[in-house]
Amino acid sequence: MNGTGRWQGTLILIVALIVLWQILYWIVGDIALRSPWQTLSFTVKLLQKPSFWPHLIETGKAFAAALFFAVALGLAIGMTLGLKRIAGDVFEPMLVALYSIPKVTLYPILLLTFGLGISAKIAFGALHGFIPVSLFTINAVRNVRPIFLKTGRVLRLNRFTMITRIVFPAAMPEIFSGLRIGFSLTMIGTVLGEMFASQKGLGYLLMNAIGLHNVDIIMAITFMLVVFAASMSGLLLAIDRRLHRRV
Amino acid sequence: MSNERHVHVSLRGVTKIFRGAGGTPPVHALGPIDLDLRRGEFFAVVGPSGCGKSTLLEVLAGLSEVTEGEVRFEGKPIHGEIMDGVGVVFQEDACFPWMNIYDNIAFGLRQTSITATEIEGRVKRALSMMGLTPFAQSYPAQLSGGMRQRVCIARTLVLQPRLILLDEPFGALDQQTRLLMGEELLRLWRETGATIFLITHALDEAAMLADRIGVMSARPGRLLEIVETGWARDRDSRIVETDEFGRITARLWQWLRGESMKSIDQSSTAA
Repeated sequence: MNGTGRWQGTLILIVALIVLWQILYWIVGDIALRSPWQTLSFTVKLLQKPSFWPHLIETGKAFAAALFFAVALGLAIGMTLGLKRIAGDVFEPMLVALYSIPKVTLYPILLLTFGLGISAKIAFGALHGFIPVSLFTINAVRNVRPIFLKTGRVLRLNRFTMITRIVFPAAMPEIFSGLRIGFSLTMIGTVLGEMFASQKGLGYLLMNAIGLHNVDIIMAITFMLVVFAASMSGLLLAIDRRLHRRV
Repeated sequence: MSNERHVHVSLRGVTKIFRGAGGTPPVHALGPIDLDLRRGEFFAVVGPSGCGKSTLLEVLAGLSEVTEGEVRFEGKPIHGEIMDGVGVVFQEDACFPWMNIYDNIAFGLRQTSITATEIEGRVKRALSMMGLTPFAQSYPAQLSGGMRQRVCIARTLVLQPRLILLDEPFGALDQQTRLLMGEELLRLWRETGATIFLITHALDEAAMLADRIGVMSARPGRLLEIVETGWARDRDSRIVETDEFGRITARLWQWLRGESMKSIDQSSTAA
């Protein structure tokens, strides 16, 4: 599919989702939903309230920090285990096992360790994101074509240059796919962290709105999160495609 | 003494045995081989599949250590390390897809202490020599297989190696492109004055390009015969039209026919 075709497809999908949302609203009614237009209007109003911004900033800060730790930790673990075959064979199954357990069961431990502040949210977000980044990086490093490494040896590269100039860029397309998934999961983890034990942030507002049955806020926050996640995911996917095209 | 001065690379009793993995017996891949490569000559090696041609090249490149024997390059022993002045071109496409053609060619030079101006000069000369100047800013994925192989050759040439090892560099190309690339290789060889060691499975390619051709036996690969072609240094692909070319190719095939049969037998026994 070319660029224009892809844009047309995305536009059709967005329109279809809005139409579906409107139909669902007609069926379910005001008790559980708001229409797309009502949601958009309320979101604009919410964004104009000064009391809303500290929550948005809190979530933004927690998410940015969680993403930083998820990516840094994921890349460090992935590169190490990918380059050291035996260590990779030992620790990769452990990462997979950790990935498969519901992370929410570990949240009480994180709360006791980090307290009720932003640190626990960051840790919970990072916990969700670093595993896919690690797993994708391990495989990406292992899948680097041996001819690139051989060429590096022939060019008499030292280990550091070999890793930074050959292994890392060669593995980048696959690593980036992991980053894309890690991004989404880190966001889920951060908001979830705010929903369970927090006094600030979008997750906290969402939980509060659920308790008060404030459908306007629920819909507006969900809408904001979906728009942000979808836009970032689209951007990352475009970069991902570009990287894969070169290989 | 005079003979020693002309010897660029020497192999004495070179043997390579791969240790068996998981209870399998060791594999005697190569040797013993004794060979002297003369400074500035074009030497080709032909042999049946699996006879250890690529292993021999890896030993010469310093990518693999010998089990027994000794390899010397310019009088210095090679012990499984890449020597300064040795360049290698592989059969597989080794262009880095994340770099454009200019950066691919400049990559090796940038790892040395050569100045940026000198690097630019050498890369531009190499681009021009290989007919790649219009593609300097293109990425490998935008180029054909033959052009990508030229990039790999250019990346090796800019380092100005005194010994160039080529492992079936045209193996993935069609016959016409191979002939033309062969001509280019001859021109580069004349211009650089480097010693070239070419591994190939194509008898005609070896007969056209080389001053001397080493014929290898089925595994364990040993040198059965060295055929002198007697071509003038200033030659091109038109020598394939001569009777002598036909005679050389026929002679190579006489040697190789039996060895190829043995190699097929070995493969079917192993299977």
